[in-house]
Amino acid sequence: MFVFTNRIRIRDDGQASSSRPVLLAGRMLERFAPLLSLSLFIGVWHWLSLRYPPFILPGPGSVAQRFLEKIADGSLPFHALVTLSEALPGLLLGTLAAFALGIPISRSRLADRLLSPFIVASQGVPFIAVAPLLFIWFGNGPLTKVLVCALVVFFPIVINVIAGLRSAPQTLRDLFRALNATPAQTFMKLELPAALPFIFAGLRVGGTLSMVGAIAGEFLSADRGLGFLINLGNSFYDTPLVIVGVLTIVGLALSVYGAIRLAERALRVERWAA
Amino acid sequence: MLIAEHISHTYPNGVEALRQFSLQLSAGQFMAIVGPSGCGKSTLLRVLAGLLRPTSGKVWLAGEPVTQPSPRIGMMFQDAALLPWRTVAQNIRLPLELGWRGNAHFSVEELIQLVGLRGFEHAYPRELSGGMAQRVSLARALITRPPVLLLDEPFGALDAMTRENLTAALEGILRATQTTAVMVTHSIAEAVFLADQVVVSSPRPGRPLGIVRVTLPRPRHWGMESWPEFGHLVGQVRALLAQPLVEPARVN
Ligand SMILES: Nc1ncnc2c1ncn2[C@@H]1O[C@H](COP(=O)(O)OP(=O)(O)OP(=O)(O)O)[C@@H](O)[C@H]1O
Ligand SMILES: [Mg+2]
Repeated sequence: MFVFTNRIRIRDDGQASSSRPVLLAGRMLERFAPLLSLSLFIGVWHWLSLRYPPFILPGPGSVAQRFLEKIADGSLPFHALVTLSEALPGLLLGTLAAFALGIPISRSRLADRLLSPFIVASQGVPFIAVAPLLFIWFGNGPLTKVLVCALVVFFPIVINVIAGLRSAPQTLRDLFRALNATPAQTFMKLELPAALPFIFAGLRVGGTLSMVGAIAGEFLSADRGLGFLINLGNSFYDTPLVIVGVLTIVGLALSVYGAIRLAERALRVERWAA
Repeated sequence: MLIAEHISHTYPNGVEALRQFSLQLSAGQFMAIVGPSGCGKSTLLRVLAGLLRPTSGKVWLAGEPVTQPSPRIGMMFQDAALLPWRTVAQNIRLPLELGWRGNAHFSVEELIQLVGLRGFEHAYPRELSGGMAQRVSLARALITRPPVLLLDEPFGALDAMTRENLTAALEGILRATQTTAVMVTHSIAEAVFLADQVVVSSPRPGRPLGIVRVTLPRPRHWGMESWPEFGHLVGQVRALLAQPLVEPARVN
């Protein structure tokens, strides 16, 4: 259930070639490194769990068992879906808002001066402290959680949208002007494509943060969702359930990240770097 | 064909880039502009292209004033200015997708043939050498068959050998397409090789110090560099560049 997609790749072209078997061993090691570190992690966890009572640190075995139980009775998929159904619309809404504000800001100095203070302020707002306000205004249904998510993902995305839309170099802008391009053409054929690497960088951060936002919303008030599940486990001293909840969140966050990476590959954004 | 009348330009920050720069070019001719760095050559070219409105003075193209970018003027920059997410062929056809409203244009295939890039139609810019990228840039500038082509140090970033090849190729292509051209360059030999007239500009603020007319026969080839006449022309340009200024250069 873990998707290890966030391996950092370092370009290794132009490297001096070493002898083949060594290279091969290196490649194998690199390939199985995530598996290795995961096994190590589980090993240490197991070893630690032997010296503490299960309600403080349950072992991997009992967590796995709880995990399977919760899948079998359908509650884990249900709560995970609830959380996703808050996080993904939240991500979408935050992204739309980021574009709605980022586009005018990137194009007009006036819009920049008018709106930028609010954007910077939005980052300063401790959303955990503001979330209760949202609950008062919008009730404790899913809408409020979607809004919390949107608030959390907004900042990293809007910053990248603005930087990205401004990133096209002056010669390319001159070229488009010399070719009599309309503003819409310049946007669609120059500014937006040039911004894609930035936008995806923002989406990757925002995508992971959207899970954080959804959980935070559920923690404050909810009767469903992974945040609720963790709260539930907490109040019954069901520590394995808490860990199941946390690991599921991590898994979902990694999946969202992976999905965004896939979209990035599909669009072949890596070509952009000229 | 292309006339610039008393172009002066001072940037908003107070830098006076051009002072009373005039030039005149008839159809099919090639003009090279040489001058010290920072003397306003790029500024002049941007004015000619309609990208920059001069503080005073006028530009005329075939009897009509140039006040904004026109599809009748093609432009080539020092860096190739290719879109990295488009293939060679897609980059070349970009002008056809934008503000261009004519109909008589080259086909992408013709141009790829003309600039010698067969087999690279589907390559991306980062897979090209600097010289190949400039060939793409040239093809893109030519696709709408603009009567006038403006080139701002198009080969400035290339090595000497690639430069010579491209210069010779450019000479042939412009002759074949009967394009009128104005090119800014740092290389006196390149200017003499390509041009019908070489305009020498003063240091900033730029104004013409003199014009050297080049009467070498066409097609040109680099073998001409060893001709006495070629050396003589290069000497004339050098002399103009080294000429003591009537008015002392201002320090600022
Ligand atoms: N956008 C601008 N704003 C203010 N000053 C500028 C601007 N562009 C150019 N200048 C100044 O105008 C002068 C002429 O610049 P320009 O780029 O036209 O020179 P150039 O002859 O093309 O130089 P080079 O040979 O180095 O390319 C320079 O002093 C430069 O600093
Ligand atoms: Mg210049």
